[in-house]
Amino acid sequence: MSATTLGARIAAPAARAPFWPSGWAAGLAWIGTAALISLWPDADDLGRSWELAVLAAGFGAAIQAGAIAATLPALAPRLAPLRAAGPWLLVLALALTAWELVTAKLDWLPRPFFAAPQSILEVFTDDYARLGESVWRSVLLVVPGYALGASIGFLFGVAMGWSRLVGYWAHPVVRLIGPLPATAWLPIAFFAFTSSRGASTFLIALASFFPVTVLTWSGVSAVSKSYYDVARTMGATPWFLVRKVAVPAAMPSVFVGLFVGLGASFSVLVVAEMMGVKAGLGWYMQWAQGWAAYANMYAALLVLALMCSSAVTLLFRLRDHLLSWQKGLVRW
Amino acid sequence: MVNGARLEVRGVSHAFALEKRALPVLEDIDFTAEPGEFVALLGPSGCGKSTLLRLVAGLEPPTEGRLLVDGREITGTDPSRTIMFQDPTLFPWRTVRGNAQIGPEARGTLRADAGRIDDALSLVGLSAFAEALPHQLSGGMAQRASLARALVNQPRVLMLDEPLGKLDSLTRLAMQRELVALWEREGFTALLVTHDVEEALLLADRVLVLSDRPARIRADIRVEQQRPRRRDHPGLVARREEILGLLGLAEAT
Repeated sequence: MSATTLGARIAAPAARAPFWPSGWAAGLAWIGTAALISLWPDADDLGRSWELAVLAAGFGAAIQAGAIAATLPALAPRLAPLRAAGPWLLVLALALTAWELVTAKLDWLPRPFFAAPQSILEVFTDDYARLGESVWRSVLLVVPGYALGASIGFLFGVAMGWSRLVGYWAHPVVRLIGPLPATAWLPIAFFAFTSSRGASTFLIALASFFPVTVLTWSGVSAVSKSYYDVARTMGATPWFLVRKVAVPAAMPSVFVGLFVGLGASFSVLVVAEMMGVKAGLGWYMQWAQGWAAYANMYAALLVLALMCSSAVTLLFRLRDHLLSWQKGLVRW
Repeated sequence: MVNGARLEVRGVSHAFALEKRALPVLEDIDFTAEPGEFVALLGPSGCGKSTLLRLVAGLEPPTEGRLLVDGREITGTDPSRTIMFQDPTLFPWRTVRGNAQIGPEARGTLRADAGRIDDALSLVGLSAFAEALPHQLSGGMAQRASLARALVNQPRVLMLDEPLGKLDSLTRLAMQRELVALWEREGFTALLVTHDVEEALLLADRVLVLSDRPARIRADIRVEQQRPRRRDHPGLVARREEILGLLGLAEAT
């Protein structure tokens, strides 16, 4: 530890922060994209082309500034992560240009199925209220459902792994019911629950319950017997063995279950919102498709992707924090 | 000073249930360890030595026979009888200190025993590594942490299940010396399981030579040499030959 920091300190003055070619290329590419969007007239009348050009230009200028700052010794260490993203920033600019060309400028792809970038930007600038509301409603639906399913699954998994009796009775049930996709319960859920909200919460909970249960159970079952022996010889009660030995030892496996369950929850969320719940991002996409507002659909899809990815990121952060004792964690 | 317990093993036989057949591992084991005595159980691998330790620890009841500590029958585990296993079996999610405090934590005496945890860590030379995680430790350090975890409970009988078996030979020599020093200082009754003749002779007051499975006591050998012992002492060399002979491994002279 001290040796590496020492090494870095000695190396720092000698290494003149080098030129960042991909940063310069990316900055120029984004500015070029902005020029193309603003100077080349659209094939059809599209809104927000100017705003898109301004955004692209601003982004390009920011990258350019970063590329210059990255060569300054004082700022170089802080901009190191940005440096790694250089090729991505460049490719994104090229992809945006290509997309812009085949839709807005040349009209090669049939509209309205393929939306131009500025049309999607237009959705965000003009329909942000409804989109924001949809995100909020989705979050309100998925969070309680997931929390409920994951907590019950965790408790159930620990009980199954710990108690032979619970395992005996629960195992066949979990084996039969668990692999059934939660969406298969959709017709039953919507008449069994008076509100579509209750039905959806139940389905989301069910979807996260199964993977969390199975992986908690397997995690607890796999705990080395010698850990229990060690604790028992030192006077541990069964309750101590569960709380302080079985559960912490099973946590890596529990987090795999939480991760899988989160994905299943999102899948059920979208289906439930498309089928019965009259709110949320799934509903928004369904609604937009009904009006042939494909740009709105893509915009909602993008937001959904960001939402799911953020949730997974959050989960992984929590895991990294709680399981920092583990070696060689997969980085998200 | 001597706070070791008197351990009596009376006619203990033990068998594992293996696919409906009983597999005998211990046969009529009978001996007494005096308070503060260092007894080595020496025998070939897989002869059932470790099982005997599990019985003394109270992790399992014997199929036959009785085990007594200070005249009282062993009916279950007790912090006064702790094992140090061949693997350090440290909880990887806990720091060295976290591992050392498992005993007091389990018994709810964490506050009262706080000083003892620090003492145990400094006794095994791990004070500077109290906040380290097990995966950051070398094999010898991990075994020291495991030793500290056992010592925190102030054992009256400390069972050592081949604790040095997986260490490199230099660490092993150092830790043999440390174990003797600890035992002399703390006064517990020590029960060492090993298959290393030299280790048994260097550390123990008495060496019980066990046979192949099912294990029987083949010989009860007293080692009188003063400590610190030298491995090339003629008395020890003679003892070594004697024991190897008992195990059918005598070196041709």
